[in-house]
Amino acid sequence: MRNLIAFIRKYSFFFLFLAVEVLAFYLLFSKNHFQRSSFLNSTNEVTGGFYTKYSNFNDYVHLAEVNEALSEENKRLRGRQIQSFERLFGENVYVLDTIFRRKYLYTKAKVVNNSISHQNNHLTLNVGIKNGIERGMGVIGPNGVVGVIKNVSDHYASVVSVLHREAKISVKLKTSQYFGSMQWNGVNYRNTQLIDIPNHVELLKGDTVVTSGYSSIFPEGLSTAVIQSFEVREGENFYDIEMKLLSDFKQLSYVYIVKNNTSTELQELEENREGQND
Amino acid sequence: MIKKIFSYPIQFVLFVLIQGLVLNNIQLGGTANPYVYILFILWLPIETNKALVMGIAFLLGLSIDVFTDTVGMHASASVFLAFVRPFVLRTLAPRDGYEVNIPPTASGLGWFWFLRYAAIGIFFHHFFLFFVEVFRFSEFFDTMGRILTSTAFSLVLIALAQIFNFNVEEKR
Repeated sequence: MRNLIAFIRKYSFFFLFLAVEVLAFYLLFSKNHFQRSSFLNSTNEVTGGFYTKYSNFNDYVHLAEVNEALSEENKRLRGRQIQSFERLFGENVYVLDTIFRRKYLYTKAKVVNNSISHQNNHLTLNVGIKNGIERGMGVIGPNGVVGVIKNVSDHYASVVSVLHREAKISVKLKTSQYFGSMQWNGVNYRNTQLIDIPNHVELLKGDTVVTSGYSSIFPEGLSTAVIQSFEVREGENFYDIEMKLLSDFKQLSYVYIVKNNTSTELQELEENREGQND
Repeated sequence: MIKKIFSYPIQFVLFVLIQGLVLNNIQLGGTANPYVYILFILWLPIETNKALVMGIAFLLGLSIDVFTDTVGMHASASVFLAFVRPFVLRTLAPRDGYEVNIPPTASGLGWFWFLRYAAIGIFFHHFFLFFVEVFRFSEFFDTMGRILTSTAFSLVLIALAQIFNFNVEEKR
């Protein structure tokens, strides 16, 4: 016993190191729990406030690019307006009836903090619970998917970016409708990877990849990336596809948060189905 | 002396703010990130209680983590640096030991000593940090490359910070 105490005393510094390191790793691995409490992350009011001030300052510098992106988006949306379509056949009447209902609602938000250089990147937005933002909502930018809301505080929300090694987004090929997952390999922030596309599918460089709409987080058909190169490794059944992201994450300043009005209904249905299979 | 003790909390806050708001946004080639905040740990007086350094390092790392949404990552790396610091100091000690009250800075122990001390410290910290970040050894050389470029980048910025501080100390 005395030897044991002597041993611990002799190496007390090392044991202290181990204890603190264990605490740090405990925080690291249980971070979802801790972050849900929204204290030790950038959605808290102190750092969130700093980030807002900082990004207000930064905005002036990037006004030109933001205007550019917004007018580009306006152009695209204008092209989709009913006024820009011509009636093809004589007497068709456009009837607004109850066939349509609103499925997605959008909230605009400003990016107050953004990172692209880590393996797991996050963004912070200047909207929170008070703006009706909830965990799990999708975030899109002028040029496609940006990420998914992870934590929300009263006035801020943090987003798991597409540039996060564990973020998987369900996407499909615009032309052939084959679906796969978009997942980042952590190398280049302009590129991302498409997995789970079987090797019999015909691909072309420059094919557009759009959101599949299966996850019910993002609306279907949102252009997100284009195929840059692809190959099949020997003995594999799936392509390795390199895609170029349409949005430049370094320039993101305004984004939209997508609320799906039917998501709870859909989730309940899918959970029920899983229950019955057992 | 009292003035000195009071200046440490101010330094702490300054390092956290500079790292969190400015340096986290700087990347070279999209991969190399400078982490200058560890200079706070490197600059602590040599005689500081080792356990105290470790506690400070933990708090410092945690403060940085709050900015980057990575609770525990910078904390663990900073604690590792606090752990190796006594060994590095011992290895680099002059033949007859450190004089009392000499700060571990370039003005106290010379540029050659300081650059070696900083480079070794930064490397240990970055090594730990980047491997905790990727949390796999499968892309060892990729990660190693990022560690080395970031170490070089941080070292340059830390040397610059030391030059500024040098001038301040001279004027006193």
